Amino acid sequence: MSVLVNNDTRLLVQGITGNSGATHARGCLEYGTNVVSGVTPGRGGQVFDDKVPVFDTVVEAREESGCNATMIFVPPAFAADSIMEAVDAGIELVVAITEGIPVADMMRVKTKLAHSKSVLIGPNCPGIITPGQCKIGIMPGYIHKPGDIGVISRSGTLTYEAVWQLTEAGYGQSTCIGIGGDPIHGMTHLQAAQLFTEDPDTRAFILIGEIGGSEEEEAAAWIKENCDKPVAAFIAGATAPPGRRMGHAGAIISGGKGTASAKQEALRDAGIVLADTPAEMGAALIKALG
Amino acid sequence: MNIHEYQAKELFDKYGVATPAGGVAETVNQVIEVARELGTDTVVVKAQIHAGGRGKGTFKSGFQGGVHLCDSPEKAGEIAGKMLGEVLVTHQSGEEGKLVNKVLVAASVDIDKEFYFAILMDRETERAVIVASSEGGVDIEDVAENTPEKLIRVPIHPTLGLQGYQARTIAKQIGFTSEQMRPAAKLFAAAYKLFMATDCSMVEINPLVLTTDGEVQALDAKFGFDDNALFRHPEIAALRDTDEEDPREVAASKFDLNYIGLDGNIACMVNGAGLAMATMDIIKHYGGDPANFLDVGGGATEEQVREAFRILAGDPKVEAILVNIFGGIMQCDVIAQGIINAAEEIEMNLPLIVRLEGTNVAEGRKLLEESGINLITASDLGDAAKKAVESVA
Repeated sequence: MSVLVNNDTRLLVQGITGNSGATHARGCLEYGTNVVSGVTPGRGGQVFDDKVPVFDTVVEAREESGCNATMIFVPPAFAADSIMEAVDAGIELVVAITEGIPVADMMRVKTKLAHSKSVLIGPNCPGIITPGQCKIGIMPGYIHKPGDIGVISRSGTLTYEAVWQLTEAGYGQSTCIGIGGDPIHGMTHLQAAQLFTEDPDTRAFILIGEIGGSEEEEAAAWIKENCDKPVAAFIAGATAPPGRRMGHAGAIISGGKGTASAKQEALRDAGIVLADTPAEMGAALIKALG
Repeated sequence: MNIHEYQAKELFDKYGVATPAGGVAETVNQVIEVARELGTDTVVVKAQIHAGGRGKGTFKSGFQGGVHLCDSPEKAGEIAGKMLGEVLVTHQSGEEGKLVNKVLVAASVDIDKEFYFAILMDRETERAVIVASSEGGVDIEDVAENTPEKLIRVPIHPTLGLQGYQARTIAKQIGFTSEQMRPAAKLFAAAYKLFMATDCSMVEINPLVLTTDGEVQALDAKFGFDDNALFRHPEIAALRDTDEEDPREVAASKFDLNYIGLDGNIACMVNGAGLAMATMDIIKHYGGDPANFLDVGGGATEEQVREAFRILAGDPKVEAILVNIFGGIMQCDVIAQGIINAAEEIEMNLPLIVRLEGTNVAEGRKLLEESGINLITASDLGDAAKKAVESVA
């Protein structure tokens, strides 16, 4: 089984007629995701690839197609507007792939989100996948395998690396959640850890973090008190110079806070098995399983 | 992105944040002219470089200090003559120092009291937060560490903004008197307006001063801007001074490559920021030293890959190049073709270690094999890092 997405997920793609929106909508369709509608303002009435109806607004898409999740591929300048549109239309799960949304825009989005029932994943993330059932995002589907290991990560390709190591070792995944690399974003490490802890079909999970912020520490503190499942972790950025943004807008050590060593210590203190190198993420999870 | 002090002053002027009168100058004659126009008894001449610690810095010529108090326009000109065109080394500039092309000439102010005032985009509260203190002109990290009770933090509601009462309360809480409260609150409101209007990540005024004339002014400031928002602020993007940046990083930014120069000898080229950081970490883990962080992005083109190689191979410190690609959006065959093109164009005599995995990996590996390029292939990330470290041993 899984968390958040499964065979019952009915996906809307916002920005479906754009370059990347179209490419990845096709990728999701090929994987078997039930893509039920698209939205591009001004393109209402068109049909994407002869099978997915396109609407002008999310409200129309919701009413006509019964979508309960959305994948957003709208350029940074307009992405916050698209997220808020999805939230207002009552879409249960909003997955924002877009990279480069201004922080102030995300701050306003979070204010909107606080008064809604929608869950936001991302932005600046690879998306979420429940192998064999539903893929929402840009990850290569074939590296995944259905199973009972949960994956939470702030990164894209580093997540693929971890998933690949697990799959190669014969450990499939329940759900993989890319929470994204921006400083202000939706679902946190902690919230994802809570979901996996409560999910009866997830046996263990791996948390992949990086420098910047304090989400890994918060998740570690919660796991220490509340989670009996085996947990492994890896933190990227031990060699990153302080004060520099390492690609992800949120990956920065500022004022001595958000270092890899502080995060590693908090995770270790919570009894979580740490991978020493990114080549050993799968091995750390297997070790945690005992 | 950083900006110069004179640019910060111009932004403050535009948004109504009070600062001492002054202007920027590029020649000795301009310095004298600005100082005369100011008409004050003394002026301050400040070297314009991005690094902090200017006052205590030393010019490579031997001249001491990048900040000087001068008692006449002529003296200001004479001092500026010793700064302009010279290289200033400070504890933040690195040994190579920074070339001074401009100086700020400002009226000197008589300070009654110094304060600290900053607005930061705070990821924990997900709001802009005002941080203020009665302790100004000192390192705020020390205040936070030793006397945290002297630091106040006020989160500002994202859509309501800074309210008048909040600004007045902050002013009183950090020690302004009843009559000083209004000018202080006015400055706070103007600074908040500037912060939001230009998508800042930080505006730090240190020190914020009360002059002996009872005026509240921003004496020095540090700005940070949200790079993601520069597209909607061309006037801010234009303030970028590439002379102040690592030339390798300037070259990379022209091709939308995410590059940060480090001091090691193993260069790496990776797709994705998290994996790029992790690749640096694993190089270090096996006893090597990464020369850089380089994320070629999710959808890099052949041209970007070629330019990335040019930058890596052109760095004299680099002794080996490690390519680590996990193809998701990016296809391994595209990367492979980029590597082949780059190797053909650039004479590379460095060991090249390549690890490819993911989308179209078979095609990518085949292209590399058939190209006849001299490279070391790696089976996985650990293997790649070990081989890279061995190649420079």
